[in-house]
Amino acid sequence: MTSPGSDGANVIPLGVRGRPGRGSGHAKPSAAARSVAGQQSPPEPPPHVDDPSLRPRRSAADDSDVTADLSADRRSLSDGSSRQSGVPVTEIASAVAGAAQQVFGDDWERRAAELLAFCRRRLTGDYVVDEFGFDPELTSRFLMTALRPIATKWFRVEVRGIENIPDEGGALVVANHSGTIPMDTLMTMLTVHDHADRYLRPLGADLVFTMPFVSELARKGGATLACNADAERILSQGELVGVWPEGFKGIGKPYSERYKLQRFGRGGFVTAAIRTGVPIVPCSIVGAEETYPLIGNIPSLARLLGVPYVPITPFFPWLGPLGLVPLPSKWLIEFGEPIRTDAYSDGAADDPMLMFNLTDQVRETIQQTLHSLLVARDRIFL
Amino acid sequence: MGRVALVTGVSSDLGARTARSLAAEPELDKVVGVDLVPPRFQLDGVKFVRADIRNPVVGKVLAVEEVDTVVHLAVRPSSGRGGRSSMKETNVIGTMQLLAACQRAAGVRKLVLKSSTEVYGASPRDPAMFTEDMAPRRSPRSGYAKDTVEVEGYVRGLARRRPDIQVTTLRMARLLSPQLDTPLGRYLRMPAIPTVLGFDPRLQVLHDDDALAVLHRAVINDIAGTFNVAGIGIVMLSQAVRRLGRPTIPVPQFGLSTVGQLVARTVRVDIPPDLVEFLTYGRGVDTTALVDTFGYRPKHSTAETFEEFASGVPTGMLNADRIRSVESRLTALTRTGGGRD
Repeated sequence: MTSPGSDGANVIPLGVRGRPGRGSGHAKPSAAARSVAGQQSPPEPPPHVDDPSLRPRRSAADDSDVTADLSADRRSLSDGSSRQSGVPVTEIASAVAGAAQQVFGDDWERRAAELLAFCRRRLTGDYVVDEFGFDPELTSRFLMTALRPIATKWFRVEVRGIENIPDEGGALVVANHSGTIPMDTLMTMLTVHDHADRYLRPLGADLVFTMPFVSELARKGGATLACNADAERILSQGELVGVWPEGFKGIGKPYSERYKLQRFGRGGFVTAAIRTGVPIVPCSIVGAEETYPLIGNIPSLARLLGVPYVPITPFFPWLGPLGLVPLPSKWLIEFGEPIRTDAYSDGAADDPMLMFNLTDQVRETIQQTLHSLLVARDRIFL
Repeated sequence: MGRVALVTGVSSDLGARTARSLAAEPELDKVVGVDLVPPRFQLDGVKFVRADIRNPVVGKVLAVEEVDTVVHLAVRPSSGRGGRSSMKETNVIGTMQLLAACQRAAGVRKLVLKSSTEVYGASPRDPAMFTEDMAPRRSPRSGYAKDTVEVEGYVRGLARRRPDIQVTTLRMARLLSPQLDTPLGRYLRMPAIPTVLGFDPRLQVLHDDDALAVLHRAVINDIAGTFNVAGIGIVMLSQAVRRLGRPTIPVPQFGLSTVGQLVARTVRVDIPPDLVEFLTYGRGVDTTALVDTFGYRPKHSTAETFEEFASGVPTGMLNADRIRSVESRLTALTRTGGGRD
C-alpha cells in the first residue's frame, strides 16, 4: 500500500504489534523502552513533511483509510497536552497506541504520522486550490472517504461502462437527475474517482452557491456554476465535467414520475461541448429515485424559503432528522459510449437545430439505458 | 514637444511610486503630480501641484503644463478621515471634474485609469473567472465598488465624446502589501479574523510591484482597452488566514449586515459592505488579455503576494512553527507509545 503522505514522514515501524519492549515477549517493557517513554521532548523533530506526491489522478482506494478516524487523533491531541501537565503519559500513550492499532491496523504508526502531516498541512494552509476553488487533497481524503461507505455498503453501487470515461482530456458526462437531494451527483463523483482515477467536476445550480456550507463544500469538491462561461473554461482545461441538465425539474419530480426524463434544460451543455470539442458521455443512474421518494411538496413554504421545492417523503418531515436517512436502494450507474463533437464545424455551436437534435440524442440514449438498467435490476431495495 | 504626464492621487504610496518611475522614464519630459494633500513620499523629479481635482483648477493645470497623458489614480478604496461621503466625493465627483477638464484640453491624447475588479461585484451567480467583457451578475450597490462602476461609466463617456483620446482602463485586483494600508490589509491584520459562516471565498490579490509595472507600461506604450490586472491563481480566505496563523471568528451572514457592522464599529472594527460581499462570495478574474494583448505577465502570483504579506506582518497565534512543533511532539508520542502495551 503506497500512500501519498508516506514520503518523508520518517517513521520507524516497530513491528511488534503493540507488544511490550522490543518484541522480546516479556510482560514489562525493557529499561531502554521505559527511558524512551520518559523523555519529555521529542528525540528529533521530523522533517517538514511536504506532500508533492499527492497527485490528483491517484486511486482513492489507496489513501482512503488514512483519514479514517479523526477521533483517534483528537485523543492523541488531548494526550499531547496532558503530557506537559504531568499526567501519567505512559498509560495513556499505550492506550492510544492500542486504540490506534484497532483503528488503523498494523501499519498504524505510519498512518498516524500521515494523518498528522495532513492535519498540519490543513492547519497551516499548505495546500493548493485551482481557480475554481477545487481542493484535491480535501476532496480525495475527506469528501470521497466519507462517501465511500455510503456507496459501497448502503447503495451497493454497481458500475458499468467505466471504460467510456476517457483516461485524459476533457469530456462532458451528462446524467439524469433524481432523488430530492442530489445524492446522485455525489455518487457519480465517487464512482468516477474510484473507478476511473479522475475527478469529476460537477456543474451546480446557483442555489448551491447561495447556501452557506453547501457552497463552501461544493467549490472545494470541484463544483462550479452551471453557466456557459464556466463550463467552457473548465472543459478547455481538460477536466472531466459532470452535468445534470434536468436540474430541479429532475431532482424534484414526484415519485410517480420516476425514471421519466424531464426537459434537458436549454441544451447549453451541448453548446459548451461543441465549442470545446470534447466528447459527451451519457450517464444513466438507477437507484437515486428511490432514496427519498417524493410524494408531496409545499410550494408556499418553498416560495417563502426561496428554494425550488420543500419535499415530503414517506419519512420526512414526519420522522424529523431520521427522515433524512436515504432508503437503501440498489444503484446502477452506467456510462454510455461517448458522442464525439470534435467533427462539427466552427459554426455548429450557433446552430440551434443541431443543438436540439444532439440534446435529444443524448436524452434518448440515457432514457433507453435507464429502461434496460431497470430491467436488469432484480430488486429495488436490499 | 515632449510628452508630459499628469498623475492624480500622487500622495498615496502607489501614486508616488508611479510618478517616480514615470519621472525616471526618458520618454517623458515632465511628470506633474496632483493631490489634495502634500505628498508623504519622496517625489524625485516630479513637479507637485497641490490641487483639488474636484474643482476646475485641474483644467488650468492641464493647460499650463501642456499635459498629454493623464494617469488617474485618485479613485481609492479607503474612506480615510472624511468618511464615506468625502470618499465618494473624491472618487466620483473628482473623476467627473477631471474628465471634464480632459475633454476641454485639446492636448490630452491618453488617459490611463486605475479601476478595480470590484466593478464585477460579488454574488453567488458569478462565473468562476470574469473576463473583461462580462457584466456583473449583481451590480455593486455601495462603497468603493459602486464608485468604480460609476467612474468607469464616466470614462466610457469621455472615450465616446473624444475618440482621439486613447483610454486604458486597468481593473486591478485588491492590492496587498505589508507596507500599504488598504481595507483588505487592515482586515487581514486583525488578531482574530471574522469570516462569514459557511462561506469560503476565493481571493485574488495584486502585488504592488506588478500594479506599478502595469501602470508604467500603460503610460509608455499605446495599448488602449480594458484589462484585468491580478496575480495569477487564487487563494481561499481560509487558506490565507491559516497561512497568516490567525484564528477566525465565523459570523453568520446576517451578522455582517448593517446591524452587525454597527456592532463591529463599536469595537473599532470597520468592514466596508463591499468587502463583506467580496469576503462572502469571492471573485476571480481572467488575466489572459493582460498577458496576451497588454503584454505583461504578473511577476507575483496571488499565493506569493499573500506569502510576502504574511512575512511582513506579525504572525498570529496559530503560526506554522507552533503547529509543526505540536505535530512533531505527537509523532514522537506515537513512536514511544508503540513500544509497549
